[in-house]
Amino acid sequence: MREEGDELFMENVSQDFEPKIIAFLCNWCTYAGADLAGVSRIQYPSNIRIIRLMCSGALDPTYVIKVLMEGADGVLIGGCHPGDCHYINGNYKARRRVAILKTSLKEAGLEPERVWLRWISASEGAYFAETVKEMVAHLKLLGPNPLKSVWAI
Amino acid sequence: MKNPEHMNRIGVFVCHCGINIASIVDIEAVTKEISKYPGVEFIKDYQYMCSEPGQMIFKEACRSGQIDGIVVASCSPTLHETTFRRASIEAGMNPYRVEIANIREQCSWVHHDEEEKATEKAIDIMKSVIERSRRNESLTEVSLQTIKKVLVIGAGISGMQVALNIANSGVETFLLDRQPSIGGRMAQLSETFPTLDCSQCILTPRMVEVGQNKNITLMTYSEVEEVSGYVGNFNVKIRRKAAYVDWDKCTGCGICYQKCPKTVPSEFEQLIGKRKAIYTPFPQAVPNKVVIDNNNCLYFKTGKCRLCEKACPLGAIDFEQKERIEEIEVGAIVVATGYDLYEKEKIEEYKMGYCEDVLDGLTFERLLSSSGPTQGKLVRPSDGTVPKEIVFIQCVGSRDPDNHLPYCSRICCMYTAKHTMLYKHRVPDGQPYVFYMDIRSGGKNYEEFVQRAIEEDNVLYIRGRVARLYREDDKVVVVGADTLSGKTIVIRADMVVLAMAMRPSGGIEELSKKLKIQVDGNGFLSEAHPKLRPVETLTQGVFVAGCAQAPKDITDTVSQAGAAASKVLELLSNEKLLHDPITSWIDEELCAGCGQCVSQCSYNAIQLDEKKRKAFINEILCQGCGACIVTCPSGAAQQKNFTIKQYYSMIESLV
Ligand SMILES: Cc1cc2nc3c(=O)[nH]c(=O)nc-3n(C[C@H](O)[C@H](O)[C@H](O)COP(=O)(O)OP(=O)(O)OC[C@H]3O[C@@H](n4cnc5c(N)ncnc54)[C@H](O)[C@@H]3O)c2cc1C
Ligand code: SF4
Ligand code: FES
Repeated sequence: MREEGDELFMENVSQDFEPKIIAFLCNWCTYAGADLAGVSRIQYPSNIRIIRLMCSGALDPTYVIKVLMEGADGVLIGGCHPGDCHYINGNYKARRRVAILKTSLKEAGLEPERVWLRWISASEGAYFAETVKEMVAHLKLLGPNPLKSVWAI
Repeated sequence: MKNPEHMNRIGVFVCHCGINIASIVDIEAVTKEISKYPGVEFIKDYQYMCSEPGQMIFKEACRSGQIDGIVVASCSPTLHETTFRRASIEAGMNPYRVEIANIREQCSWVHHDEEEKATEKAIDIMKSVIERSRRNESLTEVSLQTIKKVLVIGAGISGMQVALNIANSGVETFLLDRQPSIGGRMAQLSETFPTLDCSQCILTPRMVEVGQNKNITLMTYSEVEEVSGYVGNFNVKIRRKAAYVDWDKCTGCGICYQKCPKTVPSEFEQLIGKRKAIYTPFPQAVPNKVVIDNNNCLYFKTGKCRLCEKACPLGAIDFEQKERIEEIEVGAIVVATGYDLYEKEKIEEYKMGYCEDVLDGLTFERLLSSSGPTQGKLVRPSDGTVPKEIVFIQCVGSRDPDNHLPYCSRICCMYTAKHTMLYKHRVPDGQPYVFYMDIRSGGKNYEEFVQRAIEEDNVLYIRGRVARLYREDDKVVVVGADTLSGKTIVIRADMVVLAMAMRPSGGIEELSKKLKIQVDGNGFLSEAHPKLRPVETLTQGVFVAGCAQAPKDITDTVSQAGAAASKVLELLSNEKLLHDPITSWIDEELCAGCGQCVSQCSYNAIQLDEKKRKAFINEILCQGCGACIVTCPSGAAQQKNFTIKQYYSMIESLV
C-alpha cells in the first residue's frame, strides 16, 4: 500500500504536478476562516481558488461536476459547523447533497476523494490553511484528474 | 478590449494596499493581463483605494458613464465592500454593480514566498470576479411598510417591562397573558434577593403603571391562536377566553366572590390557599376583573346557583358569554412566557417523604408572603405548628443529565439563601440546613448575601446530595451525604423545601411552532446568537425576553426586557424596512409547480400557488441563502446576482 503510494507520489513529483483546487466557501464561516488565515499570515499552498457562496446549502452539485469535468483536480466545500449555519440548516442540506454526489461520482467511475466537505468556522484560520495543505498533499498522491487528459485528447 | 455582446463593460481597480499586496503580487503584470480580458473597459491601480483620493478616482469612474460595473481587487469584501458600494451610490451607480476581488487576505498574505504564483492567483481571482460582475444586475433594496404596533406575549415582569419601555416611546402595545391578571411569577414571591425588598411592593406600582398606560392594551385571559405574516406585518388571531363576566361592567368590587359558595384550591397560592369559583387570582390583580372557573362553578356543573349574578350590583355576570377570536396586526412580537417549576412528582427517590410539609420553592414563597394564606406566619401546612428544623435541598432536578435536566437553574442558590434568612427572621430559634452541590452566587452583592445567611443567620450548609426522603411520625427524614466529611447525614425535619429546577412554561412548544421560532434542547426559546443577538430569534421581527429564553433572576429579566424593547424600537423606527435584495425568484415560465423548493426554505418564504401550479418567493422573507436554487429541477429558481450562470462562468475562468 505504502509502496504503491510512494510510487505514485514519485511519479507525480517527477512530473512536477501541482493540483488545482476550486473551493466553494460559505460567506459566514469558512470564507471568513480563510480571511483569518490571511490576517494571521498563515501560509498555505497557492493551488486553491476560492468561490464565495452565501451558504454551503447553495452549492449546486453541478458546480462540482463542472469543476471536475473542466479538469481541476479537487473541490473543497466549506461550511459552518453543524448547528452554526447562518441560515439555520444549510450545511445539513450541503452534507446530504455532497454525500449523494460522492456516491454518484463513484458510480460514474470518478474519484469521490477529490471532493472534500469540511466545517471550518470563522475562527479556524489555521485549520483552513491546514486543510488546504492536507488536500494538496492528498491530491498529489492521487495524481492529476484523469478527466483532464480525456479532454486534452 | 472590445466588449462581447450582452456583457457589461467592467472597470477594474487594483489596490496596492501599501506594500501589503504590491510587495507580493506583481501589480504591473496583473494590470497588463487583466486589461486584455474580454469586457474590461479599463484597469487602474492605486496605493490605497479605500483612502479619500482612492475613493475619488473610484467615484469618477462611476460617474463616467463608460462602464456598467466595477471590480475592486483589494482586501476582503467584509472590510470594504460596504465602503465602495456606498461610494458608488453617491456617484450615481447601482451598488450591486460593485464587486470585490479578495487578493489580500486570500492571496498576498498567504503566499509570501511564492510571488509568481501569487500573481497568477490574483489574476485568476480577478477574472472570476469580473465574470460574475458582468452578469450582475442593478438591484434595489426590498422595502416594506411596517405596522407600528407590538404584541407582547406573557405579562410577567419581563413582558410588563418590555411593554412599558415600548409604550413609553409612543408605540402602541398589546400585552397578552393567559392568566386573568398580569404580574406573572413575581407576584407570587414574598421578598426578593439580594435586597429583601417585598416583591408586591415593587411589582404592584409597575402593574398599575402598565394598566394605566394609554399605549398599552391589556389582553389577559387570552391565548395566541394563530400567527401569520412576517416581520413588520404580522397578523395574530387571539383567543379571548370566556370569563362569563362582562369586564366592561365589572369593577372588581368583590361582592360576587364573597357570595360564591364554591371554594377550591388557588393556583396562585400554589394550592395551599383557597379561592372561589368566581375569583381574581390575587387582590392587587390588574386588570381588577373577576372570572368564573367553569370547571368548578356550581351553575355550570349542576345548573343551579347563580348567586354571584344576584349579588353583582352592576349586572356584570354573563353565563352566556362565549370565547371569541380577536385579530390584531402588529409589526413585531416579543415572547416573554416565563417559566414553570419542574414537577416534584418526577423525583422518585424523594417520594416516600412527600406530604404537605414537603414544598417547592414557590409554595414556600406563598407561606412566607404577608398576603399569603397564613399572612406570612411560617407554619406547617399539615398541622399549623412552627417548623423548628427545616431542610432546603438545592438543585432538585437541575444539573442531573442522567435522570432529569442537564442545566443549572441559576437562581435556586440565591433564593434558597433568601429562604433560609426569611425563615430565621420569622423563627429565630429554628435551624435551617441547606444541601447543595456548590454555590453559584455570581451577581452584584450576591456572594455577600449568601455569606450573610451562613454567618449571621447560622444556616448550616452541607455539601452533598440528598439520597432519599421518608416519613417517620410527623417528621420528614432527610438522608444525605456530606461529601466534605464523607459522612451520611440524617436529619429529622419538620419541613423540607425543594429548590425545583426551572423549566420553560407549559405550552411553549406549540407557541413556538405558531411563531415559527426555535426552542433549544431543553425547551427554552433559542436566541439568534448567544452573544451578539441575545434577544432576537431567527425569525425576523420576533424577540424573546425573560425566563422563556433561559432561567434568570428579576434583575437579568428586566435588563433583557429593556434590550428586547430597544431591538423592537430599532426595527419599528424605520418608516420602511430595507432588506438585502440578493433574494431568490422563480421564473414562472420554467416553474413546473413541483413544490420541491418549498420544503427546502427554512424561512417559509416560498409558497406554492395550487391553482396556478407555480411557486412564489416572498422576497421579504427570503434571506438569500440559495438553498432553493439547488433543489429546483427545472432551473426556475434563481438568486439575484448569484445565478447558476454566474457560478459556471466563474468556474470556467478559474479552471
Ligand atoms: C422560588 C423562587 C423564588 C424566586 N425569588 C427571586 C428573588 O428573590 N429575586 C429575583 O430576582 N428572582 C427571583 N426568582 C426568579 C423570578 O421569579 C423570575 O426571574 C421572574 O419571575 C421572571 O419573569 P418572567 O416575566 O420572565 O416570567 P414569569 O414571571 O413566569 O411570567 C410569564 C408570564 O407569561 C404568561 N404565559 C406563559 N405562557 C403563556 C402563553 N403560552 N400564553 C400567554 N401567556 C403565557 C404567564 O401566565 C406569566 O404571567 C424566584 C424564582 C423562584 C422559583
Ligand atoms: S434563497 Fe433561501 S431563504 Fe430565499 S427563498 Fe430560497 S431557500 Fe428560502
Ligand atoms: S452559512 Fe455557513 S453553512 Fe450556511
